[in-house]
Amino acid sequence: MYQLTNLTKKYKARGKDVVALHDVDLEIPSGAMIAIQGPTGGGKSTLLQMLGALDRPSSGTITLDDRSLGKLGDGALTKVRAREIGFVFQGFNLIPTLTAQENVETALAPLRLSGAERRRRAIEALTSVGLDDRLRHLPAELSGGQQQRVAIARALVKNPRVLLADEPTGNLDEDTRDEIMDLLEGLWRDLGLTLIVVTHDSAVAKRAQRRLKIKQGKVTEAESKVAA
Amino acid sequence: MFATYLRRELGNRKRQTIIVAIGMALAIGLVILVSSISSGVKNAQAQVLESVYGVGTDITVTQTPAAPEDGAVTGPLFEFDSGAGETTDGTTSLTQSVLTPSRFGGTFDAATLDTITDIDGVAAATGVLELNNMTFSGEMPDITQGSGPSFQQGPPTSGGSDGAGGSAFDVDSFSVNGIDVDSTSVGPLTAVTLDDGRSLDADDTGAYVAVLDSAYATTNELAVGDSITIGGQAFEIVGIVSSTSADAETAANVYIPLDVAQTLSGNEGMLSTVYVQASDASAVSALADALEEALPDATVSTQEDLASSVSGSLSTASSLVSSLGTWLSVIVLAAAFLLAILFTISGVGRRTREFGTLKAIGWSNGRIVRQVAGESLVQGLLGGVIGVALGLAGIFAVNAIAPTLTASTGGQFTFGGPPVTTGGEGPVQGGGPVLSGGPLGGADAGSSTDIVLNAPVALSVLLLAVGLAIIGGLLAGAFGGWRAARLRPAEALRSVA
Repeated sequence: MYQLTNLTKKYKARGKDVVALHDVDLEIPSGAMIAIQGPTGGGKSTLLQMLGALDRPSSGTITLDDRSLGKLGDGALTKVRAREIGFVFQGFNLIPTLTAQENVETALAPLRLSGAERRRRAIEALTSVGLDDRLRHLPAELSGGQQQRVAIARALVKNPRVLLADEPTGNLDEDTRDEIMDLLEGLWRDLGLTLIVVTHDSAVAKRAQRRLKIKQGKVTEAESKVAA
Repeated sequence: MFATYLRRELGNRKRQTIIVAIGMALAIGLVILVSSISSGVKNAQAQVLESVYGVGTDITVTQTPAAPEDGAVTGPLFEFDSGAGETTDGTTSLTQSVLTPSRFGGTFDAATLDTITDIDGVAAATGVLELNNMTFSGEMPDITQGSGPSFQQGPPTSGGSDGAGGSAFDVDSFSVNGIDVDSTSVGPLTAVTLDDGRSLDADDTGAYVAVLDSAYATTNELAVGDSITIGGQAFEIVGIVSSTSADAETAANVYIPLDVAQTLSGNEGMLSTVYVQASDASAVSALADALEEALPDATVSTQEDLASSVSGSLSTASSLVSSLGTWLSVIVLAAAFLLAILFTISGVGRRTREFGTLKAIGWSNGRIVRQVAGESLVQGLLGGVIGVALGLAGIFAVNAIAPTLTASTGGQFTFGGPPVTTGGEGPVQGGGPVLSGGPLGGADAGSSTDIVLNAPVALSVLLLAVGLAIIGGLLAGAFGGWRAARLRPAEALRSVA
C-alpha cells in the first residue's frame, strides 16, 4: 500500500523553482486500479516517478508497505524498482537493438537468474501477451500495439506488485488502445496487481476503480466505481 | 545478457565502432612500428658498438690525453741513421716499423685496472692497449752522402725509383690491440667468431703471436701460419677472427698479447682502455658515477655515451625515431583515445532514454557502467587487434625494403690523402695524416659500416600495444560510464517525455 503525506516535489527549471507536486496526501491500497488525469505539466508524470521510486520528494513522505522511499539509498531504491515495480511508457522505450525476447530479459538481468530461466520466463511473459510468434523480432519489426505488448511483458516478467503505466495508449489508435487496455485490465485482475495509469484519455480512465485529477501539483478525487 | 546486449549494440552502431577501432588501430600500429624500428636501430647501434667494444661491455674507461706541448712531437717518429738502408745502384731502400699508442687516446697505469676492479658493482674488467703500427718503406737516391732524415727537398740527382733522383715512399698503417690473454670474458675479442686457427689464451703471455681480423687478413693475403711484422718484430699469425655482426669489422686489425704490446711500444705497465662489465645492468649509471669519482682524470663512457659515438645515417635514423617517431606515436595515440572518449560520451548522450529506461526497470549504475565500459573495451580491443596486424604489416614492409644505414664509429687516424709530390718527380704515396673519428677513439681506424635495418617483432611490444588499446577502451568506457551513471532516471525519462 502506498501512503503519500504532505508530499511536495520542486524542480529547478531555468533558474526558477517549479512546484510539480504540492502537499499531496494520498493513500493507494494494494490491488487497486487507479487512473490519474490532468493537463499537461500538471504533475502526472512526476507523481508516477515518485510512486515508481525514480525520484525522491523535496518534502513530505511516500511509503510503500511502510518503507519510506524518500529515505532509502540509491541501491535500495534500485532493488525496489528491480523486484516490485513494473513500468510501461507511452513511447514503449524498448531497446532498438534487442529482440522482443531480449528486451523482456533485460528486466530479469538484475535478478541474477540463470540464462535458461531468463529465457523461459521471457517466453512465458510474451506468450501471455500474445506475442509467442514474435520472440525474435526487433522493435522496428513490430507494430505500435505489439511494441507496447512487449513493454507490458517486460514490466510483468519479474512478477511485480505494482504496475505503473504512463500514457500506455497515447501512441496507439483506438482499436489498439482498447486491446492494450483489455490486456492490462485482465492482467490486473488475474495477478492482483496495483495498477496505476496516467492518461489523458477519458475512455481509459473510466476503466479504473478510482480516478484522480491532478492540476498545478494538487491531487483531487474525481469519481470512483463501486465495483470493477 | 551483458554479452548479447554488447554484441547487438556494437553491431548496430557499426560506423562508430569502425571509426573508433580504426583510430585505435592506427595509433597502435604506429606504436608497434616505431617501437620495432627503434629496437632495430638500437640493435644496429649495438652491433656496431659490440664489434668495437665487445659483448657485455657496459662501460669503458679511457685516459683523457694531455694537450701536447708546443713543438713536441706527438705522432710516430721515423728516424734513420746516415747508414740506414741498403743501397744498390744509387738507390737506398729504407724500411722502418713503429708501434705507437693511439693518437687520440691517452694511456694510464695498469694499476688503474685494480682500482676499477675493487669498485662495488664491477663484474669483470680488462685492460687493452690500443696501438697503431706504421711501417715506412721506400726508395730514394743514395743518402749516404748526406746525413740525418732525408725528407728535405733538393735538386734532382741520379738514382731513386725512376733513376732521375725521384723517390717513392709507402706508409702502411694498421691498428693493433694488446689484449690481456688472462682475462677474455669482456673486451674486444668477446664480439668475434674464430674463422681459422685459435684465439689468444693464457699460454700466449710473452709470445710473438697474433690474431688477425678476417677483413684485414683477406686484404693483405695473410693466413694462419704466415708472419706479420709489428713494431719491427715478426709475429706468427695463429688465428683469424671476424665480427659476430655480419655488417661490421672487429675492433682492430691485429690482436697481440698485452705484455708484448706494452714492451714493443715502450709502454710497459700502461693501458689505454679498460672495458668494464657491471654486475647489475640497472646500476650502470651508478657504477659510472663511482668510476668517475674514483678516477677523476679518466673519461668514463656508458653504452649510452658509446651510442652517441655512432654517426652517419644510422644516427640520423635513431634521432628521427626517438624524436619524431615517439612524438607522432604519442599524438596519434592521444587523438585515438580522445576520439574513443568523445564517441562514447556522445553515444551515452544519444542513449539517455535507453539508460533511463534500464534504470527504471531496476538496472543499477554499476551494471550500466559495466555495459558501457564493456562496449568501449571491445572497441579498443578490436582496434588493438587490427593495430597489431597493421604494425606487423609495417614491420614486414620495413624488413622487405631492408633500408641500409651507414654507421661510423670513432677511430684513430688514417693515412689516405691524395698523392703529393716532393723532391724529384716521384710520387709520395700516402700524403699527410687524415684525422677521422669520434670522441672515444681507440677503435678501428675510422670505420664506416653499412648496416641493413632489421625491425624485430617483440612480444612485449605487442602486449604493450594491446595493453594500450585496453587502456584506451577503459578510459573511454570510464568517461562514458561516468556520464551514464550521473543520469538521474527521472530526469532521463523526463528529457524524452
